[in-house]
Amino acid sequence: MEAAAGGGCGSGPPLLLSEGEQQCYSELFARCVGAAGGGPGSGPPEAARTVPGTVTAAAGPVADLFRASQLPAETLHQITELCGAKRVGYFGPTQFYIALKLIAAAQSGLPVRIESIKCELPLPRFMMSKTDAEIRFGNPAELHGTKVQIPYLITEKNTFKRMDDEDKQQETQSPTMSPLASPPSSPPHYQRVPLSHGYSKLRSSTEQMHPAPYEARQPLVQPEGPSSGAPGAKPPRHKASLIRSFSVEREPHDNSSNYPDEPWRITEEQREYYVNQFRSLQPDPSSFISGSVAKNFFTKSKLSIPELSYIWELSDADCDGALTLPEFCAAFHLIVARKNGYPLPEGLPPTLQPEYLQAAFPKPKRECTLFDSYSESMPANQQPRDLNRMELSIKDTADFPVPTQDVTSDDKQEQNKTRLALKSTADEALPKDMSEDPATSKDSNSLKARPRSRSYSSTSIEEAMKRGEDPPTPPPRPQKTHSRASSLDLNKVFQPSVPATKSGLLPPPPALPPRPCPSQSEQVSEAEIHPQLNRAPSQVAESSPTKKDIPHSQPPSKPIRRKFRPENSATESQEPPSTVGGPVSAASGKPHAAVQKQSSKQKKAIQTAIRKNKEANAVLARLNSELQQQLKEVHQERIALENQLEQLRPVTVL
Amino acid sequence: MAVCVAVIAKENYPLYIRSIPTENELKFHYMVHTSLDVVDEKISAMGKALVDQRELYLGLLYPTEDYKVYPSHQSPCVESTFPNQLCRYGYVTNSKVKFVMVVDSSNTALRDNEIRSMFRKLHNSYTDVMCNPFYNPGDRIHSRAFDSMVTSMMIQVC
Repeated sequence: MEAAAGGGCGSGPPLLLSEGEQQCYSELFARCVGAAGGGPGSGPPEAARTVPGTVTAAAGPVADLFRASQLPAETLHQITELCGAKRVGYFGPTQFYIALKLIAAAQSGLPVRIESIKCELPLPRFMMSKTDAEIRFGNPAELHGTKVQIPYLITEKNTFKRMDDEDKQQETQSPTMSPLASPPSSPPHYQRVPLSHGYSKLRSSTEQMHPAPYEARQPLVQPEGPSSGAPGAKPPRHKASLIRSFSVEREPHDNSSNYPDEPWRITEEQREYYVNQFRSLQPDPSSFISGSVAKNFFTKSKLSIPELSYIWELSDADCDGALTLPEFCAAFHLIVARKNGYPLPEGLPPTLQPEYLQAAFPKPKRECTLFDSYSESMPANQQPRDLNRMELSIKDTADFPVPTQDVTSDDKQEQNKTRLALKSTADEALPKDMSEDPATSKDSNSLKARPRSRSYSSTSIEEAMKRGEDPPTPPPRPQKTHSRASSLDLNKVFQPSVPATKSGLLPPPPALPPRPCPSQSEQVSEAEIHPQLNRAPSQVAESSPTKKDIPHSQPPSKPIRRKFRPENSATESQEPPSTVGGPVSAASGKPHAAVQKQSSKQKKAIQTAIRKNKEANAVLARLNSELQQQLKEVHQERIALENQLEQLRPVTVL
Repeated sequence: MAVCVAVIAKENYPLYIRSIPTENELKFHYMVHTSLDVVDEKISAMGKALVDQRELYLGLLYPTEDYKVYPSHQSPCVESTFPNQLCRYGYVTNSKVKFVMVVDSSNTALRDNEIRSMFRKLHNSYTDVMCNPFYNPGDRIHSRAFDSMVTSMMIQVC
């Protein structure tokens, strides 16, 4: 073993492994390799066969194993580089052992260097799901092996699968697995740290680095593999990043708690992510995402339409054709699970029920508004269900919220109530939410009315849908994009009414027009409202070079400028003649900054425009396909009718 | 016991059709198909009346062969019971989606109200299916919730 390690190491130093290490490493390696061999014909086995004649561990299980060591991403990266896997492109035995040794070194606090591995080191610890005291090294690898069949590995999925298999494998594994690592005594939260770690990686740009080495080894694994490389280039579209997370990130496995329905439990990190995605679709967390918006969003997950349809069915608890935040989280979670290969459940798991989701994730103080809004929408969701029960138990819980009135205590109460609800069954969560209802009853009535009116409005919807051959195009994207490209209102920019000005604005202002007088600038700078869009057209519409420069230098003040326009126009007409020479120097500095601002804003604008166009494309493509389908049907009908006609025609003389 | 439930689209093609004794499925398909004519007749007859007040429930359709089908929805039902009656009931929505239900009334004579409630359930489930944005109107209905509801109707009424 050692000789082989030393010999195969090449440029690395000879690796000395102790007995225990040898055993452990070889087992781990065997599992990783076995995982590769056990997988389906796709990716990993082929990755393992990249170097014929060499037994290589598939990058997937290896990556998972490494991440289970709970080392930071950079360290893992270093380790992979050092062990030579990156260089040679695969994890051979030598590389694997070196990597394990380096992991042990890193975990012991030693710097990640080749020299570190020369000394005696404890065995590397891999944080896996902790059920009982034992950590099974092999488990993750093996589980990952089984999971290799499923193209997309995300933390939770591994966790879940591990949970499922763990029971089966406990007996088989335990004899072979010497207690090599200390059992993680951390509560589930700690175990979620790697998950969060993974997710933070997911969202950060560093994830680009990680996929790179692993992806190189698995060119064939994911059909989205190539696309996962692309997402880096794509604008950080929410779904694109999600796809990135699906295909690229072989996230740490570890961390799951001991709950039986682990796959369907949403962790904090995931919750955050879902909430962010929700917000990107619908800025108001207390309102709904409409069906068409959600449809477009979820279609990007590339699941089949029947599956998406089923997921929707599961998650839209009140069947209103729209998703509230908890429903959205449930749907998102189901999609994520499905992408990781989990079969869709027969019914909505209890941990994904809207009331549970709202109860289990009491918002921190800063998000108390969110929570209130959840409770608002929640009662409405529960409306079709047991009103009576809720009313009865309101009285029980009414004592709770009654005494205190201020918001903070309300939140605490709600949290207390949520904790109570957590202990009690999901049904009792209903009364808790109903008790919040009186506190937040504004929208509940309207929300309540929705399910009742469903039956009446649905027929009209059916009619509209039947009549309108074309599904209505989704509403134009809300102007939320402006929150990022805050300075450029694309609509205004692209308005045909100001083509000349637009073309004049987009490139950096060529010359230094005479500066407006400082008094005007003062006025403008004083009244700073939030950055508004329309600077270009509104300003340029003035057709005054002075105005043109002002917006560049002071974007936030544009709306003010419009208000000031009547005054400004009066003042400006006087100013240019008088103050041409003075502020020129001042102006020289401004356009510079303005140019930079402008170019970045333009970039953003262009990106948003690209995004919009892509979305429009997708919508039109679907429209097209639907119309094609209808056309086919109509054709068939026509053919059938023609046949009938033929037959009905009186038999004429032959 | 509802032996067959069918949801027919406006263009008279089936969106969902399911029958319990699966060996006779084709026969049920034919039955449903023939009853469509009756449904259309009723719709056109009623169409001249107040459209907005139109009854959705069409009641028992016309009698044929050994399967009794009631003619109209508002007139009292003709109670001529043959052995092993298979009664067909119709229901049409405002968007011309038709529900046809074939019921075996051999063991229990189902009351009109029960049939109405069954249709109401069907209608509600159908609207739930419609609410699903991934459902394109005109597709076959594959919703599991809908399936389970129909199953419950078929077994329960038995």
